[in-house]
Amino acid sequence: MINKVVGSLKEAITDIFDGAIIMISGFGEAGSPIELIHTLIDHGAKNLTVVSNNTGSGHVGLAALIENRQVKKMICSFPRTANSKVFPELYHNGEIELELVPQGTLAERIRAGGAGIPAFYTPASVNTPLAEGKETRVFNGHKYVLEHGIRADFSLVKCKTADRYGNLLYNKTARNFGPIMCMAANISIVQAREIVELGAIDPEVVVTPGIFVQRVVHVSNPADESRLVAEDRRYPW
Amino acid sequence: MVTDEKKIGWEMNEVAQKVALDIPDGSYVNLGIGIPELVAGYVPEGREVIYHTENGLLGMGPVPPAGEEDPELINAGKKCVTAIPGACFFHHADSFSMIRGGHLDYCVLGALQISENGDLANWSTGEPKAIPAVGGAMDLIAGVKNIFVISQHNTKTGDPKIVKQCSYPLTGKEVVNRIYTNLAIIDVTSDGLVVRELAPGVSFDYLQSKTEARLKEK
Repeated sequence: MINKVVGSLKEAITDIFDGAIIMISGFGEAGSPIELIHTLIDHGAKNLTVVSNNTGSGHVGLAALIENRQVKKMICSFPRTANSKVFPELYHNGEIELELVPQGTLAERIRAGGAGIPAFYTPASVNTPLAEGKETRVFNGHKYVLEHGIRADFSLVKCKTADRYGNLLYNKTARNFGPIMCMAANISIVQAREIVELGAIDPEVVVTPGIFVQRVVHVSNPADESRLVAEDRRYPW
Repeated sequence: MVTDEKKIGWEMNEVAQKVALDIPDGSYVNLGIGIPELVAGYVPEGREVIYHTENGLLGMGPVPPAGEEDPELINAGKKCVTAIPGACFFHHADSFSMIRGGHLDYCVLGALQISENGDLANWSTGEPKAIPAVGGAMDLIAGVKNIFVISQHNTKTGDPKIVKQCSYPLTGKEVVNRIYTNLAIIDVTSDGLVVRELAPGVSFDYLQSKTEARLKEK
């Protein structure tokens, strides 16, 4: 029998090891698996490389993971938001590395990693500082830069609906990086608002096929990051 | 010659309206964060324009009424928006396939600097203390068919933004098609920067005095 549903957040992330590469879904707070991230803070794995579009807000979620000095390197496209205080401070102090990647290149590197494509050429960043030192090639008279696929040891993803095979549905723009991060990690760990019986999700509308998912954990009422930030909450509570 | 810049030219709302008038019916459009977002408020009646936001929505609608915000329905600026009837959601790799793959018709972006050959700098001042953040700008300018810039003509300190050569790190080279500012609308052509329209009270000579790059009259 296949049952990817695990009993607790703690069980879901128990084997994350020091030095792991971890993809974390979300665009700002939309799609950020805040309960999984907080469990990773409790767990304490260090020297992590985190692939995520942003670097979190306030002192909860991804920002709290960074503040807890568990992240040695961020790979992202936009490492600041109106409420990001933690990353800028560590970055200025030289306490965290940054690999800045154009957003579409980040998405395609993740997709490629999950799709068995080691590298690809893209027009984004040609003739800019972000292409310095990278191989370029001309196709049909236009210059392109070589970018490499990324794979991760784990991905932490938030979705709306899952079944025990790991088939997933998302909520609105909280989908963002979730589907491709599930593809690109050896172990994809998903927190779902609801877990339904097999067959309850119409096969025509499954967004992430279960083959890309290894673990599902039920988090019925995930926190709103923006509310926690507005209340100046800090994790650990 | 008028010298008080605040009293001549267009308000940015009027500039946004000019941009909206130049986007044809049926276009797929991506609006950058900030001033470009104003454009959505001025689509002429009878025109249907579909807005794309790179975080995974085609058919972005206006800001929701207070109390109806959904933190999982946001735009690229991470502000709450709505989805129009007929909208669709998709993941990031699909979203940037739309962008790089040439499926979007127009992108309206802000700028730090634009050069006379259409180079755009809008992601970093390159200052050592600045935290570099690029987002989707480099993908957008690489793939969208028409790149419009909307911006104040000069910086807050009065420095020209339309320059011979960008001193800030580039977002992309030879990418801008048209520039809309509070003083003028300027086309980037193979023949140089051609002034398409002057704002009320702005003479060509005055415009040139506020612009480092050489301008041409239409």
